[in-house]
Amino acid sequence: MIRRGIAAAAALALVAGPAMAQQKTVKIGFVSTFSGPTAAIGNDMRNALELGLDHHGRKLGGLPVEVVYEDDQQKPEIGVQKTRKLIESDKVDFIAGYIWSNVLLASLKTLVDSKTMAIDTNAGASPLSGALCSPYVFSTSWNNDQTPEAMGMYMNQKGVKTAFLIGPNYAAGKDMLAGLKLTYKGQIVGEEYTRWPDQLDFSAELSKARAAKPDAVYVFYPGGAGVQFITQYVQAGLKGQVPLYTVFTIDELSLPRLKDLAVGIPGAQEWVNDLPYEANKKFVADYIAKYKSRPSFYGAQTYDAVSLIDSAVTAVKGDLTDKEGMRKEMEKANFKSVRGNFKFGNNHIPIQNFYLQDVVKEGDDYVLKTVATIVKDDQDRFHDQCPMKLGQ
Amino acid sequence: MLYFIEQCLNGVQLGMLLFLLAAGLTLVFGIMDLVNLAHGSLYMLGAYFAATFAILTGSFVAALVLAVSASLLAGMVLEIVAVRRLYGRNHLDHVLGTFGLLLFFNELVRLIWGPAGMTLPLPQQMLSGVEIIPGIYYPVYRLVIIFATVAVAALLYLVVMRTRIGMLIRAGAANREMVAALGVNINLLYTLVFGLGAALAGFAGVMQAPILTVQIGMGENILILAFVVIIIGGIGSIRGAFVASLIVGLIDTLGRAFLPDMLHLALSTNAAATLGPALSSMSIYVLMAAVLIFRPEGLFPAASR
Repeated sequence: MIRRGIAAAAALALVAGPAMAQQKTVKIGFVSTFSGPTAAIGNDMRNALELGLDHHGRKLGGLPVEVVYEDDQQKPEIGVQKTRKLIESDKVDFIAGYIWSNVLLASLKTLVDSKTMAIDTNAGASPLSGALCSPYVFSTSWNNDQTPEAMGMYMNQKGVKTAFLIGPNYAAGKDMLAGLKLTYKGQIVGEEYTRWPDQLDFSAELSKARAAKPDAVYVFYPGGAGVQFITQYVQAGLKGQVPLYTVFTIDELSLPRLKDLAVGIPGAQEWVNDLPYEANKKFVADYIAKYKSRPSFYGAQTYDAVSLIDSAVTAVKGDLTDKEGMRKEMEKANFKSVRGNFKFGNNHIPIQNFYLQDVVKEGDDYVLKTVATIVKDDQDRFHDQCPMKLGQ
Repeated sequence: MLYFIEQCLNGVQLGMLLFLLAAGLTLVFGIMDLVNLAHGSLYMLGAYFAATFAILTGSFVAALVLAVSASLLAGMVLEIVAVRRLYGRNHLDHVLGTFGLLLFFNELVRLIWGPAGMTLPLPQQMLSGVEIIPGIYYPVYRLVIIFATVAVAALLYLVVMRTRIGMLIRAGAANREMVAALGVNINLLYTLVFGLGAALAGFAGVMQAPILTVQIGMGENILILAFVVIIIGGIGSIRGAFVASLIVGLIDTLGRAFLPDMLHLALSTNAAATLGPALSSMSIYVLMAAVLIFRPEGLFPAASR
């Protein structure tokens, strides 16, 4: 009798199974900054995500999609709360987003412990690439020190003998200055860390930089702070005197505000809007058509994350409980990336090119153009510290 | 030595901007006994107004004049519509009410101007450094800020000390019931004072905009500094606000400029790199704590009530 009951239940489950799967949705939690001075970044990420969903017919792996956007307010303590909420009460299948390294670091343990499939679409805190790497966490961005390492190589090429470094005093700021020091062979004549995120006046630091008489100044100021730094650099009359080298300071979000001030200031980046790949052309053209502005690298990385989720859900035929299956598929990076041939290292951080970008005026428009490839297929230096133990 | 003078100028310039914000705050706090967390929102509005008017008129000076007038108007409307309901309640209600206004203004700005922020471009001749004494180059625009603020401070002093309105403002600060009993329209006076505070905040926002750009929430961090200034200077005292602004500006800037290097002499590079920025950002709060311990009324207490 009992056996028969079980058999009946099993049969029912078999019949109901496909029907259930039909109704199932892919639930994605997206943590980013949607308020405050850096809301423009979160906005760009959301735009790219929505565009990615449009391009996949609003379905990923054949399942309808539900996205829950959460605002971290650029604060680590809020970020971890929102992460917990997405995991525990929304029970999302994927978590994506994270702009800020300090927000990601605060949320990382919660993410990893929950074994939720996660895709970090910007923050490049070094522990994620090394000791704290996890089978279920992927990144579509980079490790923090890769971009500055590329910049250091370029500064060597340019024969910069002495440099003055300025950056914000938080996890990513320290990584971005440390990264430069790994490859830059000249002498560092000064190093300044400013209060983050509330210090927006850099007069004291700029006076210091001028007094140190360096060949070049190197900075990292993401979001609106980049606009402020470069504006003040120009106002101090330093732009013509001391060349400025940057990472993550000039992007498509700051450029419409900087305009002429940014022309001729080089930066290093893993994605530029003019990369000649089919997927990229479609992404950039459709983004401009839909939102009347250019996407930034934040958006490009998020767009790739949508394709990555699509590939995973397709591979397991919509069975979102098959995390092993999804992980294996995601490691293959089997999707059309806006960065061309995209692959992951053992720590789930991309192995990719870094380009030199420059600001060019085209008519009334200011755009970022790829000038050269600084380094090909670069892998972060923490990957061999990543244990990647399965079943943890 | 030249480098020290340059850093002092930086400190004075920061102090001047703080004064513009703190003057309005201390007027409103001292005279109307209102804790106004939305003061930073008026500063933000001033900057957004200026950026908008600069696009419409193409002139920095026109944008400045129009934006300050618009801020004055916005302040008076805000007082009549919302702030008026808060008088006579306790300070916690003020904080709650004006914090609500702060959130409201952030969202309003997002709806009207979008989340990306704007810029207020400077005229070309202000976009460079000038050699003020041999060996010291200083950004022209920062000098403009210093002079403009000194002019505004002098004007404010004249208005408060030498005019009839100013006399009423001072009387209102000393004893509001008595002023009301003498037949002065205290409602109108409060609307004017609030408008004046808003205009000063708007002016600060406009002057700051070309340096710090224009974005949502721009007033919130600097408002904290402005509160520190009025506590050190003595609540309600314009002179106190002026002196305290200079002190806070100088300490903050010189701390950032010299403290890390001094620590490098005494500590290892790593420890100094961590401690330096932390200590220099704490220094003004240490000063505030010291003032609260030894002179709780501030350096220049306004007439006691």
